[in-house]
Amino acid sequence: MLSVKDAVVRYGAITALHGVSFEVNQGEVVTLLGANGAGKSTTLRMLSGLHAPTSGTITFDGDDITNVKAHMFSSMGISHVPEGRRIFPEMTVQENLEMGAYGRKDNYVGDMERMYSLFPILKERRKQLGGNLSGGEQQMLAIGRALMSQPRLLLLDEPSMGLAPMIIDQIFRIIGEIRDGGTTVLVVEQNAAHALRLADRGYVMENGVIAFSDTSEKLLHDPRVRAVYLGEAVE
Amino acid sequence: MSYFSSHFTTLGHEFWGLLVGGIANGIIYAMVAIGYTMVYGVLRLINFAHSEIFMSGAFASFFLMKVLVGNSTPNAFESVVYLIVGILAGGIVGAVMAVGLERVAYRPLRRRHAPKLAYLISAIGASYFIYNFVGKEFGRINLSIDSPFINNTVFTIFGAAVQTYYIVIFVVGLIMLVSLERLVATSKLGRGIRAVAQDAETASLMGVNIDRTIAVTFMLGGFLGGVAGFLYSIPIGVVYTMGFTPALKAFSAAVLGGIGNLRGAVLGGLLLGIVESFSVAFVNGAYIDVVAFAVLVLVLMFRPTGILGERLGRSA
Repeated sequence: MLSVKDAVVRYGAITALHGVSFEVNQGEVVTLLGANGAGKSTTLRMLSGLHAPTSGTITFDGDDITNVKAHMFSSMGISHVPEGRRIFPEMTVQENLEMGAYGRKDNYVGDMERMYSLFPILKERRKQLGGNLSGGEQQMLAIGRALMSQPRLLLLDEPSMGLAPMIIDQIFRIIGEIRDGGTTVLVVEQNAAHALRLADRGYVMENGVIAFSDTSEKLLHDPRVRAVYLGEAVE
Repeated sequence: MSYFSSHFTTLGHEFWGLLVGGIANGIIYAMVAIGYTMVYGVLRLINFAHSEIFMSGAFASFFLMKVLVGNSTPNAFESVVYLIVGILAGGIVGAVMAVGLERVAYRPLRRRHAPKLAYLISAIGASYFIYNFVGKEFGRINLSIDSPFINNTVFTIFGAAVQTYYIVIFVVGLIMLVSLERLVATSKLGRGIRAVAQDAETASLMGVNIDRTIAVTFMLGGFLGGVAGFLYSIPIGVVYTMGFTPALKAFSAAVLGGIGNLRGAVLGGLLLGIVESFSVAFVNGAYIDVVAFAVLVLVLMFRPTGILGERLGRSA
């Protein structure tokens, strides 16, 4: 479904990605793991047109989307839940959801109701400003907003960041439901344990390259992953 | 009689007249201030060439009035038609100028991620170019506009005469300010503008075309600024330097109300117009700008983000 080949991204003199290649297949949940600065967020930002790669190619459903502009992605079926949630703080919950459907020309009232049944708390808060929500509510709103464009591929950047453990469980359960609903998911996470329990496969990034990759099952038992990302001593 | 009591007596006699005049000027400031505040909202940049958009709108309607009105004495029906034509001419030329300015003076800088200072210099350069061009082409003299209506006293309120000119400003200004506010608060286009103002990158993830939204923002601000230029020029005519002072005051009004805030721009504009108007009762008319800017400084000392605060992209 999505295929990245030898992607290089530079910010001025700094090279953030040194030739990254990976694939995401229809119906999968794939996770990108790695430490801060490994290039995970840059990879997701590249997949939303926020940073065009200086070389390499990105294809989505067989189409070359390497140089497509950011505002075209949602209508192509790729939706991005950015790091830090990036809710529009001075818009109501309802308006934030409407922003998610900005590129749609059809009637999205049904989807709005679907989001409210997926996240009942958002329905209660529909008239409140996004900036006044709690972190967990904002994350739900960010996911709901991204789903309003009816994506086939959902990109999630650190959905667990700054949230309480109970809320994290809830967010990951919802991501599972989204996958069961037929949406492919690519999730960037520092919380490797959660991500690997949900994902089918994982890629581990280090210093702007993919260091290794495997099925989630194998990665969960891989000593390199256990030592660095699951906080366990290597025996 | 002491100094102050005599001045308060003057104020008592002229209160309503000063208020009507102040509100009328305030509406014109508000229409110009909207352009500053909207552009600031989406670009975090003061469009210092907005004064020339105001002036261009006034010149466009000046030429049309010359053709349409000439030396004739328009009847009521003709007056309405001429006014609509003048408004459209001022507004459309203002909008085209604003969009053109964005394309030529700002967008190339945005593409290259230029520092804010570069935008300021670009704006000043564009402003000098436009007004000197107009001065060279149409003369560096004040040209009186052929008024599209006869300025009668329509009615009196507590002894103050309300003339046709003021009625025109109230009606046109209110329609435009309310429509703009509704457009930004409730339409999809308005949501896009607010989204870009709050978080441009995330707005683009939602499918908002940032370049187009910025152009539309300039267009809307330019339309109102051009119409304001036309309304402003009806009693006093046009001259190539006419934009400078009213635009500076409108910019101050936008800051006074809270830059980035639509209602703040309107409130700041009205307040500045009224303060200016009433200051005439206390000081020599030549000092009204001093009073106006003293009020601005005082307000900002106590509320540095303006009366309503800096609320970027907020609908209400």
